[in-house]
Amino acid sequence: MTQTFLGMPATAPPGVGHLRGEEPFPVAARRALADSQLRRNVGHATTTIRAKSGAVIGELPDWEHLRAAGSAIKADVLARLPELLEQLEAKVTQAGGVVHWAADANEANRIVTDLVSATGSDRVIKVKSMATQEIGLNEALADAGIEPVETDLAELIVQLGDDRPSHILVPAIHRNRAEIREIFLRAMPGVDPALTDEPAALAAVARRYLRQTFLSTKVAVSGANFAVAETGTLAVVESEGNGRMCLTLPETLITVMGIEKVVPTWRDLEVFLQLLPRASTGERMNPYTSMWTGVTPGDGPQAFHLVLLDNGRSAVLADEVGRQALHCIRCSACLNVCPVYERTGGHAYGSVYPGPIGAVLSPQLTGVADNASLPYASSLCGACYDACPVKINIPELLVHLRDQVPHPRGESVAMAAAAYTMDRPRLYEAAQRAARLSRLAGRRGRGLPPPLNGWTASRDLPDPPAQTFRDWWAER
Amino acid sequence: MRIALFVTCLADTMFPQAAKATVRLLERLGHEVVFPTGQTCCGQMHINTGYQQEALPLVRRHVRTFDPYDVVVAPSGSCVGSVRHQHAMVARRAGDEGLASRAESVAERTYELSELLVDVLGVTDVGAYYPHRVTYHPTCHSLRMLRVGDRPLRLLREVRGLDLVELPAAEQCCGFGGTFAVKNADTSTAMLADKMRHVLATGADVCTAGDSSCLMHIGGGLARLRTGVRTVHLAEILAATEQSGIPGEPSELVVRS
Repeated sequence: MTQTFLGMPATAPPGVGHLRGEEPFPVAARRALADSQLRRNVGHATTTIRAKSGAVIGELPDWEHLRAAGSAIKADVLARLPELLEQLEAKVTQAGGVVHWAADANEANRIVTDLVSATGSDRVIKVKSMATQEIGLNEALADAGIEPVETDLAELIVQLGDDRPSHILVPAIHRNRAEIREIFLRAMPGVDPALTDEPAALAAVARRYLRQTFLSTKVAVSGANFAVAETGTLAVVESEGNGRMCLTLPETLITVMGIEKVVPTWRDLEVFLQLLPRASTGERMNPYTSMWTGVTPGDGPQAFHLVLLDNGRSAVLADEVGRQALHCIRCSACLNVCPVYERTGGHAYGSVYPGPIGAVLSPQLTGVADNASLPYASSLCGACYDACPVKINIPELLVHLRDQVPHPRGESVAMAAAAYTMDRPRLYEAAQRAARLSRLAGRRGRGLPPPLNGWTASRDLPDPPAQTFRDWWAER
Repeated sequence: MRIALFVTCLADTMFPQAAKATVRLLERLGHEVVFPTGQTCCGQMHINTGYQQEALPLVRRHVRTFDPYDVVVAPSGSCVGSVRHQHAMVARRAGDEGLASRAESVAERTYELSELLVDVLGVTDVGAYYPHRVTYHPTCHSLRMLRVGDRPLRLLREVRGLDLVELPAAEQCCGFGGTFAVKNADTSTAMLADKMRHVLATGADVCTAGDSSCLMHIGGGLARLRTGVRTVHLAEILAATEQSGIPGEPSELVVRS
């Protein structure tokens, strides 16, 4: 690290990467809700994944034990993170890799850009990676004259569409096949205008385009799903084989990994490699599991760099309730079951981490003031907690973060007044009587004043009854 | 059995019929209901909106009010959820370990209505009569915080004359979420729209649930669209008999105005 550590760990810096939205969630959500194609695409996709995932999870009699084990392993990792990271660094170095420590997005981008520039390559192929999306690596590379090419099909669709990912696992979930065909025709060189929107035909043109790129690019950038501290082994799981190509064909491989991704031993992978595919894609096993340890002479990349990314994670770790967000293995099960995500899609959350996990992770990485609306982007229905394969209690975290958010002044005053009244039964009864009097004032459940007009815009409010329960009880 | 009624501020102020039905039902089953008048609000709204410090006196009041009773019941999964999963946390966060352990003790003795009936009183046939086509919405906090499971359905299946129809996508949130309905009114309304679509698809004339708050939301939407489908709290259905008249019918509205 370039800075001396003084006091509390830093949050992710502003002005770089994609952790902060440009507008509050309710504003962005309002626009998304009006997009009926988006609603249809996201609703259809999440319903399909939910059913698939539910079916394969139902096959495992020990699913609850696996969840508990996954949660326990992550708690252990977080309890001794420095030790495990240093062990990982030693083992990767021993195996011929080079380890870099990046305190934040700016440092990570600089490290990767410098490494790519040093190879002389003006293009990199990329394996889908949330960490590099988080830090805005593609923009940093482009600024340095290096072209990043996303090789995951959905990520490629997003990149060619000059779009932003809207889901952790399925970044183009907000697009349907007709839209994807349009994007390919517009942005992919040499596509036959007769291209249909058959999934197989779309995949075929993407494969042709990517195959040339795989064979002619000397540097790859990946993320990591796991890193095993005891051996220095990195692991990437994926479904399309593009990852395997990127991890084996180029001469140089650069992996950017959030520091929470380390696990102590190979045995721990046994738990996560069962949890992750069933919770994320709804598969029993992911099609491609690539693992590598440093460099192997004559086989695969001959230069391997591991960039360990903090970017606010140490700050999350410092909060003993909040730190469970670092258990996340990026499966996106919580997105797929979330009634809010299903209706607004991912862009409304502003950050690359959307949905319930994004609502608790993004504000912690940036500091809650910078993502103050996200902890409220939930009805606290709890479906995310039930779905999480590592048992992150997201509703509890949301409530915890709401307590730290800077509140609007009017709201604070109203809440303090309400609490004051409710702690004094006589005042409370007077307030109940006042509510009853509003019946005579003729409001009749229509047109409440702001901010309560959010209610009456779409729902009636019943008239207060003639008699409260406690009055009825007193008269019995 | 002597049972203390935790009425909830919402039922007390806006939906006394649900609370009165809880009293009538338990008394009909031969139990004594008491109403500790020191109670006001459990503080859930404050806690869930990010005002734990303001909620602390309300938690203290709630614990003080209900600590003397062996069994406490509320016609709300959500408020019982707050008592069970939040009160001790708020106390602990404020550094009041004594309050936290008393809150845990009160929580252990606090039941949502269907839990009390099925688990504590061991009854599913409460002798109710309710000749309507009814669909049941499992509210999120009763479903996922309290895990009441099929207890409400087991109670409803025993009600004479009641035609119980299954609600499609029942486990999806109705979009209420307390202040969520105001802070994210558009998203909340989108969720409500789907819930109403499913309720209407059942052909039921009544949508019931164990929480007046969610019913206020669903019912507010159904009323705004003039669907003619009404919401009735589970307690009111279970309290209804051949002799009692039907809750939510126009006769009651006449009495009110």
